[in-house]
Amino acid sequence: MVTPTPKISVENLRLSYGHKEVLHGVSFAIAPNEILAVIGPAQSGKTSLLRCINRTVEFTPGAVMSGTVRVDGEDLMRMADVYGLRRRIGMVAPLPVGLPLTIYDNVAFAPRCAGLTAKAELDARVETCLRQAALWDEVKDRLDSLGTKLSGGQQQRLTIARALSHDPEILCLDEFSIAIDPVTTMRIEDVLQELRAHVTIVLVTNLTQQARRLADRTMFLWNGDIVEMADTDVIFGDTPRDRRTFDYVNGVFG
Amino acid sequence: MNPPTFTATPLVRRKLRQERLARAVLAGMVLAMVLPLAAIIAYLVVQGAPLISWSFLTQNPSNGMRAGGIWSALVGTIYLVVIALLVSAPVGVLCAVYLNEYARENWFTRLIHLAVVNLAGVPSIVHALFGLGAFVLFAGIGRSILAAALTLAIMTLPVVIASTKEALAAVPMSFREACWNVGASRWQTIWKVVLPNSISGILTGVILQVSRTAGETAPIMFTGAVFLKKIHDDTLFPYALTDQCMALSMHLYTVTTQVTNAPEALPYAIAVVLLGAVLLVNAAAILLRGLLRSRKKW
Ligand SMILES: Nc1ncnc2c1ncn2[C@@H]1O[C@H](COP(=O)(O)OP(=O)(O)OP(=O)(O)O)[C@@H](O)[C@H]1O
Ligand SMILES: [Mg+2]
Repeated sequence: MVTPTPKISVENLRLSYGHKEVLHGVSFAIAPNEILAVIGPAQSGKTSLLRCINRTVEFTPGAVMSGTVRVDGEDLMRMADVYGLRRRIGMVAPLPVGLPLTIYDNVAFAPRCAGLTAKAELDARVETCLRQAALWDEVKDRLDSLGTKLSGGQQQRLTIARALSHDPEILCLDEFSIAIDPVTTMRIEDVLQELRAHVTIVLVTNLTQQARRLADRTMFLWNGDIVEMADTDVIFGDTPRDRRTFDYVNGVFG
Repeated sequence: MNPPTFTATPLVRRKLRQERLARAVLAGMVLAMVLPLAAIIAYLVVQGAPLISWSFLTQNPSNGMRAGGIWSALVGTIYLVVIALLVSAPVGVLCAVYLNEYARENWFTRLIHLAVVNLAGVPSIVHALFGLGAFVLFAGIGRSILAAALTLAIMTLPVVIASTKEALAAVPMSFREACWNVGASRWQTIWKVVLPNSISGILTGVILQVSRTAGETAPIMFTGAVFLKKIHDDTLFPYALTDQCMALSMHLYTVTTQVTNAPEALPYAIAVVLLGAVLLVNAAAILLRGLLRSRKKW
């Protein structure tokens, strides 16, 4: 699967918060337009890994990152424009965050920060993103009410819409479906399938079925180390390379 | 057709009893605080009432401060409060934004934090000495409204910083992360999300400093307030910044301790005006805050 120029390539990435190292030198590569699922038990460093990719981990005092992360072959740490980097990446956090702005402003926030002001263009962008997040029909009549007044699941979809609003090349989803009902989840999964035509997706999920449905490959992260990374069929099949993968996937992890 | 019955178990009864007790005690505390306050205000108003009139507000003191009004003191106080807050509010808020949003946690910023907290507790007479040394003498401003207002500003600054920091820290971290995730810079995040959602808390901190600024006597006594000064009562800006001025707090002190044979109601009337002025400013600020808060929402 891995082409000569991967979309994201990570080499020997270490991350520590203070004295505690949470990623112990992970290396992997993601091909363009691939969907990579990341699974692993709690505290294994999945969220931290995503935060390294868009460099928001730098906002955490005491976080020290070493190793190289490349996006399109370009070293993250040498990028002068870190905001530009974050605009190429859409990030969905596990807990819904409706900014205390109107629904419209929530989605228009990122384009505006990037300097887009034309009303018509913003309108179109907001509608597209809300449709992709399967939220448009529910909110199209009240775009100027507050994002924080939506229900939890709706706020989560608002978060997804916001992550898509700056037209990212890479989309990182961190357990996006924990607050969303199964039917809506399926609609969003369909959208992800469409998006993969021009977006590379990293999907942190603990839903085995979801990983199976969507991911080309799956990474099993455990305590800051990659135990195994292979085609999804292999990871969830009867013969993964590592015994621990089999145990974890089949729920007999001790 | 029995209605669903509910018989209180002993446990439930005890809970209810506790609940009633807690409510009674807490309400009692509120009364214990409100009653003396109401009594003070009532006493002041009753005692000062004979003197309070429109002309009391708009005339200069006369006859050795025994007659006339308090116009020059009232205007002086307004000058001092407004100028002091015009300096301390923006500087304090910006300091707090830097400390809370930009500064990294290290020994230096911890030291600054410690200094701010301690400065907030320094007695006003010490600030007065500092103002005298720094503004009046060293900077060569001389005793003046400007020097007095700057001294008051220095005095309120640490409190404004501390309360603003508190208000900023109350904005959930997840809001900031959501902004950073879509490529907003720190400043964009602060301007568009953090400040709008902490403005009412920030204002509260600043409002509280209004009454403190208006009520202090020591800092201005050393740096720019005088016992008696008459001003024109027909111009909008009767004082120049380099003038010395009268102030209500100091006037109150003067007529109670320095002037013999002053009318008995005079100090009370001055106190009522001082109180009224502070309440007026507070009411305006609280109104503004309410307006801003009605837009807040999480
Ligand atoms: N801001 C932080 N400061 C200090 N330690 C942190 C911080 N964020 C995460 N950690 C630590 O890093 C480790 C990995 O956390 P991380 O959130 O990446 O795990 P995760 O795999 O996403 O877990 P979960 O499945 O529960 O979301 C944990 O031990 C956690 O305590
Ligand atoms: Mg996580």
